[in-house]
Amino acid sequence: MSAAVPGDLLPTGSISPGESFSALLRARGLDPRWEASAAGGLSAPEGTTVLALRYGSGVVMAGDRRATAGNLIAHHNVQKVFPADAYSAVAISGTAGIAAELIRLFQTELEHYEKLEGRRLSLEGKANYLASMIRRQLPMAFQGLVVIPLFCGYDPDDDTGRLYSFDVVGGRYEEADYAATGSGGRDAKLFLRGAFRPDLERDEAVRLAVEALVAAAEEDTATGGPDLRRGIYPTVVTVADDGLIELTDDEVAPVARAVLEEAGS
Amino acid sequence: MTTPFYVPPEQLMKDRAEYARKGIARGRSIVAVEYCDGVLLLAENPSGTLQKIGELYDRIAFAGVGKYNEFESLRVAGIRHADLKGYAYARSDVTAKGLANAYSQTLGHVFTQEVKPYEVEIMIVEVGDEPAENRIFRVTYDGTLYDERRFAAIGGEDEPLLAHLEQAHAPDAALGDALGWAMEAFRAATEREFEPEDWEAAVVDRTLGRRTFRRLDPGELG
Repeated sequence: MSAAVPGDLLPTGSISPGESFSALLRARGLDPRWEASAAGGLSAPEGTTVLALRYGSGVVMAGDRRATAGNLIAHHNVQKVFPADAYSAVAISGTAGIAAELIRLFQTELEHYEKLEGRRLSLEGKANYLASMIRRQLPMAFQGLVVIPLFCGYDPDDDTGRLYSFDVVGGRYEEADYAATGSGGRDAKLFLRGAFRPDLERDEAVRLAVEALVAAAEEDTATGGPDLRRGIYPTVVTVADDGLIELTDDEVAPVARAVLEEAGS
Repeated sequence: MTTPFYVPPEQLMKDRAEYARKGIARGRSIVAVEYCDGVLLLAENPSGTLQKIGELYDRIAFAGVGKYNEFESLRVAGIRHADLKGYAYARSDVTAKGLANAYSQTLGHVFTQEVKPYEVEIMIVEVGDEPAENRIFRVTYDGTLYDERRFAAIGGEDEPLLAHLEQAHAPDAALGDALGWAMEAFRAATEREFEPEDWEAAVVDRTLGRRTFRRLDPGELG
């Protein structure tokens, strides 16, 4: 009865149960699509540094708040770290507009699956799905509109936090301790290589994440450090067995202030 | 070529309605009861895996009685409808009223156009910011849509259940009280006793954040 029924009827039976939300969007012609053109050379705002690192049986994920267009600052307070569902988080670097849409789609997809099936996707399932979304963006990457995510979450099967990095062709790599991407990702990773310890507590891991962002902001103009004057602080979330927790500005501000003071002394 | 017999439309609708009603009367009932923080849904359902109650959207839950495959396909369709709408517009644009209308259209269409009507009755409940903004919609096999207040029941034993809830229900009750009334209504209506595993219960509760749907575990149903 799918195509035959008029307008506002529910989509019963048109797609076999269990198929993805994206498949439903495609069937309706509503999937987000960016047509690649040969012209290229488009300049759209870009999100810069995001990172994640493990502590105990959890993960902390953080991102700066700056978006750049060429050598201009496009936005001072964009969000690049998002909850994916109750037990995982995703962060983005690269073309901000495309990335934000992909994340909205990813979030809807996970919730859609959970509601239909009555259980969450496994953590690996979520990471694989995200990889396939990035893979579909390859034609856009050739136009210079690259999106690279980081993904992390709590895996209840073996009581541990896991984190995944990706490359532009949709390659998915599980990282042991920490990962970073974006323009300041290399500097953040260098910092974490020296400072990471496997026995971190949650508070220490949060502080380390902020320190790594500050280190990246020192070297990379596209990465915004904590802005005490405007009250703009990095986005920080943690994921562990008690689920995803978004730290409020009031929680991040003292950490950022302490890190900046130490860096200045 | 054979000429089909003429069947008066009244007779056709009557036959279809009777067929659907018979199927639904065999199904075990579900009640919805408003309490101070939201709406409780309680079903008699000995199966722990084949569920009759489900989450549709942030503030909206679904409950269905009758043929499992039919109300399950309606549940899935509702989730698709809600997620499509929430993705295309905004999350706040998905409402129980919109969903109830879509269900009503769909069931009405199936009742008149398809080979056999759906043998189902469903409820769509929504928790509002204030108790006055709660919504309980009931849709019958032929697409008739009812807007209920305070409490509602669907399935074979709906009348005795409603009669009991009418006696018991008071506004602004705690969840435990609402659960007690609902269980007592089932006992009174069926004259049977129940074990905690015989229940399936869920709430949409405005204190739970964005996604208000929560299943109650057997420990809460003692």
